Amino acid sequence: MSTMVANQKGFGAKIWDYLTTVDHKKIAILYLVAGGFFFLIGGLEALAIRWQLVEPMNDFVSSGFYNELITMHGTTMIFLAAMPLIFAFMNAVVPLQIGARDVAFPFLNSLGFWLFLFGGIMLNVGWFTGGAADAGWTAYAPLSTTSPGEGVDYYVLGLQISGAGTLIGGINFLVTIVNMRAPGMTYMRMPLFTWTAFVASALILFAFPALTVGLFLMMFDRLFDSGFFDPSMGGNSVIWQHLFWIFGHPEVYILVLPAFGIFSEIFSTFSKKRLFGYTAMVFATVLIAFFGFMVWAHHMFTVGLGPAANSIFAVATMAIAVPTGIKIFNWLFTLWGGSITINTPMLWGLGFIPTFTVGGFTGVMLAAAAADFQYHDTYFVVAHFHYVIVGGVVFGLIAGTHYWWPKMFGKVLNDKLGKVTFWLFFTGFHLTFFIQHFLGLMGMPRRYWVYLEDQGLNLGNMISTIGALLMGVGTIVLLYNIVVTSIKGEKVSGDPWDGRTLEWAIPSPPPHYNFKQTPLVRGLDPLWVEKSEGRKGITPAEPLDDIHMPNGSILPFIMSLGLFIAGFGFIYQKYDLSWLIVLFIGMGITLGAMLTRSLKDDLGHHIHKEDLEKEEAGE
Amino acid sequence: MSDHDILNPKEMPHDPEKATLEGKNKFIGFWFFLGGETVLFASLFGTYLALRNSTNNGPSSEDLFGLGLVFIMTMLLLTSSLTSVYAMYHMKNNDFKKMQVWLGITVALGLAFLGCEIYEFYHYIHGYEFTFRSSAFGSAFYTLVGFHGGHVVFGLLWFIALMIRNAKRGLNLYNAPKYYIASLYWHFIDVVWVFIFTVVYLMGVL
Repeated sequence: MSTMVANQKGFGAKIWDYLTTVDHKKIAILYLVAGGFFFLIGGLEALAIRWQLVEPMNDFVSSGFYNELITMHGTTMIFLAAMPLIFAFMNAVVPLQIGARDVAFPFLNSLGFWLFLFGGIMLNVGWFTGGAADAGWTAYAPLSTTSPGEGVDYYVLGLQISGAGTLIGGINFLVTIVNMRAPGMTYMRMPLFTWTAFVASALILFAFPALTVGLFLMMFDRLFDSGFFDPSMGGNSVIWQHLFWIFGHPEVYILVLPAFGIFSEIFSTFSKKRLFGYTAMVFATVLIAFFGFMVWAHHMFTVGLGPAANSIFAVATMAIAVPTGIKIFNWLFTLWGGSITINTPMLWGLGFIPTFTVGGFTGVMLAAAAADFQYHDTYFVVAHFHYVIVGGVVFGLIAGTHYWWPKMFGKVLNDKLGKVTFWLFFTGFHLTFFIQHFLGLMGMPRRYWVYLEDQGLNLGNMISTIGALLMGVGTIVLLYNIVVTSIKGEKVSGDPWDGRTLEWAIPSPPPHYNFKQTPLVRGLDPLWVEKSEGRKGITPAEPLDDIHMPNGSILPFIMSLGLFIAGFGFIYQKYDLSWLIVLFIGMGITLGAMLTRSLKDDLGHHIHKEDLEKEEAGE
Repeated sequence: MSDHDILNPKEMPHDPEKATLEGKNKFIGFWFFLGGETVLFASLFGTYLALRNSTNNGPSSEDLFGLGLVFIMTMLLLTSSLTSVYAMYHMKNNDFKKMQVWLGITVALGLAFLGCEIYEFYHYIHGYEFTFRSSAFGSAFYTLVGFHGGHVVFGLLWFIALMIRNAKRGLNLYNAPKYYIASLYWHFIDVVWVFIFTVVYLMGVL
């Protein structure tokens, strides 16, 4: 099928195209839209939380609803906004950066997306059936195992389904990067974003199964009366905390490492220099990932694991500051002496460095186990993790949105509006969270829905809420920018930033086969190598030939839908066993679709050389 | 390589499972997947070790486990791993019939293992009233061993589906990787059982 025919389709056909697509660039758009949607929901929840806390003893929301808000805000932002947005950029960029025509498992790539989406919907169904999850995003037992209603059940089933999607996505990118690199693209020539995607995928692979088990055990306890976390049956609720944080701590690196990768690309491109200390950057990334698995108990200093365990985990945690520091200095040295352009992506990068560094400092403070007894479960912790997750991950995602928008959609987002977004969001962010350090040190506990008059907390909370509103306005400007650019924006070339890496060597948006001829990579920053030798494009590694592409399929959607249906059966059989029928129908749909996939040959299709030549002549 | 060459290769290479890019991707991807599965079972083992003495005044591991049946089960599963190696050996020699036969034996041994496990669970539930809900130990035992049993069921269904699907057309470069990773899965199940044998049963009676 040639691309010309594909462009002349009706609305229904377009929907069908996205439901069945296995093209990593379209899946990237799906992730971007879905992740962006959940980001807005999570943001609204955050605003509701801040509005409740704007004055002492406020009654904007009830205590129960407040618990649901904080739980769903955290869960949504981590699992349904940050993760899929990172997958959006990994899908959009990694295959292009390594010179591949596709990912290793296009079918599984699509399955990963649909599992995430149905899991995300499942999580939010609780709002409409009598209450969403309300045990905190960490869902500590026994609070979570004894929480009435179905809210936490939706949390468990929703995360289980979307977690499976994430795991599949992680394996897909690992194999893509190992097996699909273009000739000459050695590991030590991979752009840093690809490196961080690779390492984050490895973290996903080894961290998510711990969450899978934790969620299974919680599901068994809540829905099938087992006794894992129930002391009256000999169970132990601390097991949940271990499993959750064995997953949960690597998770923060899964989120932040790709953001580091995005900033590394941006600093290098807009300083017109190769990344300073590339080898050290790669090494630091791997080291952070490695340490990331050995620090989970620093979330549990006050549980009572004993001084020996606390000391070991404290030292390991502080050690992570070293590779992170290496990264900060390498970014600064990349900027040093560079020919710097300050546009929107760069501005986010420049805002990121000091912000993230503050988050790092408070991280080391929290790592001191003895001092942590004072900080634990106060707003100091809230401030810390928002400095690293918003200051690191969200800044990175918005920077990446501006940086790669032209590659994904062929238009550059308006720079003036982008800068307005930045200043509103950046100012709002620091207003919201800087003061929270001090609120925490003054003893304000997290997760409480009200605070008393005359505790000295009024002004700080008022400032914090004003900041949150500013961030909200900044986000609205970003949305406005996206709409305006989509309607009025001008088409740009494939290389609007004078880029250095392979994704800028092809048209924007790229054709669905990415590279007409597989590129030959001759160094780090391969496009820059060619440019500096006076060539316009990249040197091809092969003559023009037929291109093999995978076929689309609706099966990933059906498999995910089946699990979604089964989820309701799992939950409601606790009231009435006839719901088991729903469970069996759902699982039947999923397993049936899996069997179909297994038995039916799917060899993909070829784009013929003649069509490619015709297309070239037509342009 | 055209589709025709993949489905009807003129001659089979020595490593048909890795002859195509798709095959190589599956090969590496499946090893990664098994890495994730290792963490999954490690988490279940950790949970079991933490809860194995939490019997809640119900039967304990010393009351329940006998090594006789477990020895038979271990032998069945270890042998089935060996027979799947034979099957892969014949795949590499492009002897489809022998491969199917050895896989058939593998499936039979796996079914026998499964039968023993069902008998074992039945025995515990009806002879000792030791259930998933009787204690944290019960929950942890049935979850760990049950997850393994579930993997056995899935592996068997996988083998059977492959054998029926390809019975008429024989081996090609499209289905060879599928057979190969199914056998990798089977070995993994076997390795997990060795740990279950040690951690659950040996440590449970000693």
